[in-house]
Amino acid sequence: MKADSRGVLTGPHFIDGDHACCEGAIAAGCRFVAGYPITPSTEVVERIAQRFPFVGGIFIQMEDEIASSIAIQGAVWGGKKAMTVTSGPGFSLMMEHIGYAAMTETPCVFVDVQRAGPSTGLPTQPAQGDMMQARWGSHGDYGIIALCPNSPQESFDLTVRAFNLAEQYRTPVLLMLDECVGHMTERVIVPPADQIEITPRRLYAGAREDFLLYHPGEDLVPSMVRAGDGYRIHVTGLTHDDRGYPAMTTAAQDKKVRRLVDKIRRNANAITDYREDQIGGAEIVVVTYGITSRTAVPAIERARQEGIKVGHLRLVVVWPFPEIAFRELAGTVKGFVVPELNLGQIKLEVERCVAGKAAVSLVGHAGGSVHDPHDIYLAIKKMVKD
Amino acid sequence: MAEDVFETETESLPVNPVESYLRMDRMPHIWCPGCGIGTTVNCFAQALDGSDLDLDKVAIVSGIGCTGRVAGYLNLDSFHTTHGRAIPFATGLKLANPDLKVVVYSGDGDLTAIGGNHFIHAARRNVDMTVILVNNFVYGMTGGQVAPTTPLTATASTAPYGNFEQSFNLPYLAESCGAVYVARWTAYHVRHLAKAMKEAFKKKGFSFIEVLAPCPTLYSRRNKLGDGLDQMKYFKEQSEIKHGADTKTIALEFQGKIILGKFVDRERQTYLDTMNEYYSKHLGAAYTPYAG
Repeated sequence: MKADSRGVLTGPHFIDGDHACCEGAIAAGCRFVAGYPITPSTEVVERIAQRFPFVGGIFIQMEDEIASSIAIQGAVWGGKKAMTVTSGPGFSLMMEHIGYAAMTETPCVFVDVQRAGPSTGLPTQPAQGDMMQARWGSHGDYGIIALCPNSPQESFDLTVRAFNLAEQYRTPVLLMLDECVGHMTERVIVPPADQIEITPRRLYAGAREDFLLYHPGEDLVPSMVRAGDGYRIHVTGLTHDDRGYPAMTTAAQDKKVRRLVDKIRRNANAITDYREDQIGGAEIVVVTYGITSRTAVPAIERARQEGIKVGHLRLVVVWPFPEIAFRELAGTVKGFVVPELNLGQIKLEVERCVAGKAAVSLVGHAGGSVHDPHDIYLAIKKMVKD
Repeated sequence: MAEDVFETETESLPVNPVESYLRMDRMPHIWCPGCGIGTTVNCFAQALDGSDLDLDKVAIVSGIGCTGRVAGYLNLDSFHTTHGRAIPFATGLKLANPDLKVVVYSGDGDLTAIGGNHFIHAARRNVDMTVILVNNFVYGMTGGQVAPTTPLTATASTAPYGNFEQSFNLPYLAESCGAVYVARWTAYHVRHLAKAMKEAFKKKGFSFIEVLAPCPTLYSRRNKLGDGLDQMKYFKEQSEIKHGADTKTIALEFQGKIILGKFVDRERQTYLDTMNEYYSKHLGAAYTPYAG
């Protein structure tokens, strides 16, 4: 289906990544947002609070991030598309409810505008230190989807996609901005509503007695209903059977949790998104996501001017990780250079996938600013020499 | 032949009228013999039975713990959420679909310790929901640990020499935060309780009922108070019904006098009505009142 034109501000805008995220959410059909103020994400909810009264939405500033991250799930079962927005310390508080959304298969969006941590860290300055937390932060096993925009335009586009993926796979989706992308102001083109594709909720409409809230389709995703539709559903974070009833057995646990992992893993090819630049014949591949994809460009260009064959692989979807792409590349390139605003998180994933068949070099940065492109250039040069 | 006899006998048995409100395919429940939670659920079913609510539009939300299991046994749209977070979940549910009657049904530890912050803010905002809090004075599910409701000097597994912390006076807390309906009953006072639940369903805004209930396994036993029946006798003998009592004066003491009744019944505009009125006034015709 297409976006509801009432919420779509079609045309060119000069806005930052946080505001673009807000517009993406409204275009995607989000009409419930719960949040708690935290730098550098607050601009998203400030704009939501301003815009929602005119598009039929409800914004509520909750008492903390824990409340925000579960209020959105109540709203989803009440029939809304919903999201919450935060930064590192708040993201830490939301971990339990990412798990609840995964376990109860509640489609919703969590936005994390990353700042430098741990703890309060550097509240107004960038980092990418929450990438492994995004993958593994809640306890137990589950699959997850995480997207990393590198511009305000992409913040708009990927917010729409985050909502669509959440509905398609009945899963929480994480939108992992960083402070730079959140506060960077650029031109953003909002397309006409009829050019924005929206994935509707997979609502079941058959007989009540035939309905099973957790009986999956072929793609491993079950359809759902809303509270008040007359199905008398039961939703629990306890391990449950296809009816949604608690089932305290190892067999029920195995069945449920395997499907939670498999529904992302088996659909990974449809979810994954990465951009390649001169990968064919490359000797070195620079792997980036978010803001590092932009700070790496001068380094890559300089190395290319010197005749080094450097490819650039930018992860747009970080989780699920494009394992196959890396496995295939590992046999053809000398090595990977991974600049990150953390001290080595996605680098570990690259290492796991290339399994020793190519060198992997981290250009780590603890956060607080972006990389000096020269450091990335030096890492490329070093890898060529070694 | 034997089957025929059995079927005939089954058909002649009267059906318990509360059965249609329960998920009978989930019985037996997990609660201990003598526990008061099941009694309160019986009252809840009777309150639903006597109300004019469309049951397809009633949603029940629980947190974690013994009382947290209530949602799973009721034949309604039911949500068993995370520990302490039933109220913010219910807030989202109610605001998303204002046609629903949303009831939060959970325990004292869940709603006033880990969930205490949400409790006071939902009451302050006057989100339209009924909160039924079963207070058994301890954390039952995890083995009888001290709670914010454990009376002074009562022992608990994590207060082995007696509790020295001041406990909450929950009706006073609810009233001071803005609840429009506040009552306290016990699992002994089943008719009063069912009636209070029915009254609370009719209130627009944040309504709150504290229900004292025996936990024979983990509270009475450790405190040498006998079994569930003994605790019911205590509720019967030491209770005094004082409607309209000043909530400041009704704090509970270890095995002391219990003041019961309806303490608060007032009108206050709900969160949604306030939002709609405020925005209509300040934003004018550009604002279409939100109706879900």
